[in-house]
Amino acid sequence: MTPAATALTVMLAIVAVGTAVGFLAGSRQQMDLEEWAVGGRGFGAALVFLLMAGEIYTTFAFLGVSGWAYSRGGPVLYVLAYLSLAYTASFFILPQLWEVGHKHRMQTQPDFFNSRYHNRYLAGFVCVVGILASIPYLQLQLDGVGIIVATASFGHIGRIPAMAVATALVIAFVFANGVRAVAWVSVVKDFLMVIAAVAIGIGIPLVHFGGIGAMFAALAHARPHHLMMPGATRNLGHSWYISTVLLTVAGFYMWPHIFSATFTAKSADTLRRNAVVMPLYTLTLALVFFAGFATVLILPHLQNGDLALLTVVGRTFPAWFFGVIGGAGVLTAMVPAAILILTAATLFAKNLYRPLFAPTMTDQGVARLARAMVVLLGATSLGLAIHGSSTLVSLLLTGYAMVTQCFPGVVLGLYWKRATAAGVFMGMIVGVFTAVSLMSAHLDPVGGLNAGFVALCINFAVTVAGSLATPARASTSVPELT
Amino acid sequence: MKTPSIGALALGFIPFLAMCFTVPLWDRVQPLILGLPFNLFWLILWIVLTPCCLWGAYRIETSADRPTGNG
Repeated sequence: MTPAATALTVMLAIVAVGTAVGFLAGSRQQMDLEEWAVGGRGFGAALVFLLMAGEIYTTFAFLGVSGWAYSRGGPVLYVLAYLSLAYTASFFILPQLWEVGHKHRMQTQPDFFNSRYHNRYLAGFVCVVGILASIPYLQLQLDGVGIIVATASFGHIGRIPAMAVATALVIAFVFANGVRAVAWVSVVKDFLMVIAAVAIGIGIPLVHFGGIGAMFAALAHARPHHLMMPGATRNLGHSWYISTVLLTVAGFYMWPHIFSATFTAKSADTLRRNAVVMPLYTLTLALVFFAGFATVLILPHLQNGDLALLTVVGRTFPAWFFGVIGGAGVLTAMVPAAILILTAATLFAKNLYRPLFAPTMTDQGVARLARAMVVLLGATSLGLAIHGSSTLVSLLLTGYAMVTQCFPGVVLGLYWKRATAAGVFMGMIVGVFTAVSLMSAHLDPVGGLNAGFVALCINFAVTVAGSLATPARASTSVPELT
Repeated sequence: MKTPSIGALALGFIPFLAMCFTVPLWDRVQPLILGLPFNLFWLILWIVLTPCCLWGAYRIETSADRPTGNG
């Protein structure tokens, strides 16, 4: 077999096994709306760990991080910091959120806003922000599949057919058995990802330099500034680092799919224990940094940083192993895409369409509408991925700048009784508007700070001022959230 | 709903101080430690130390004088 055929066969076999695991898991169960969307609230610690990890270790971690280590250098270190710190922050937010969610049977982020602020238009706006922020994130995953398949097949399969097949598989997952299928595919994927990360993180420096230490010594000698901030950029310095870490920490759990995953945990204590151990999982990500930095000296003149990891893997390992990494990479893109499509579709049907436009709709009707939305969202993201040209990292940071604007409403909603619907509504509108205007005017970073972070600060200020300026609801008429 | 205690919050703030706010102090290449640039080594060290801080916070949050439950 030619190297392309070998790599492609191995890769397709891995995707097929992963898909089969997904379809077999829980296929005998008949699920109602809640069961379909949150897996019946019965997951144990191990499955929650895998579910969370599967959503976190995305195409961004695999291709985007190595791509930035290659093309930007030092600023990519923000990724190592923000993941650990997001888990640290989650220790103080998610258990409380779970308790409230359990008590009021919440499944989604707008459920929280509706219960806390008693305003279905605010909840609807949160839906819209969540769905809009999900689109670049979904596009990122599909772009990743396109890059992986096109590179692994040495160009024999184009990125468009690859992305179309991946979209169809993701939709099929979601239709077959909802989130439980995704959790089991995530088991296969996580296992492969750890093997892939160890092999590339240790193997690439070993083959080309004789070891990780020798690789960094060579890079520190040849390109010392690449390893520090601002690295190969002019404006991603220390203030950018701090503001980006804070933005992404605040936004991490605001993604609608990660927010709803919180409610699938067995108890608040499960979430606390997860927060303690999850930072250790990011250690495997350091290996992806080693591979990205090694590529700087091995292949100094690549046009597209997002291709750096796969290109160097192809030059270092035999074709079959290239196939293993490609297969893991495709599953890595498909797992979060499935969860995200499911969440966004449920949000649209249950939290946007029914409460605002069709209050009499039955649960069966909502489930049917959600399934129709799964297809529509899949097709939309596929269309955008085919025509889009942004890099993987800029897609993710665009989504973050939007989705983080829900953070003040969640945190103040949990911990500040005085926060009002009007205040949060004003803050979010101003925050989203600021983020979108700064980014579309290419003013990111602005004054050395991440534009999304600037929007978040303005959002916080407006939310607090707006809450103090509007009357608190009389406590007797409001069922206490806590 | 139970609000986090001051002690747990203080332990949770330590990783933020170490990995985020102090970046100008540790963002350098030299000395290479265990073969890694100093900034990368520092962050990896704190990925390991963060669970230690959170373990302490977990002990405080779940200790006997802070009963768990829905209260």
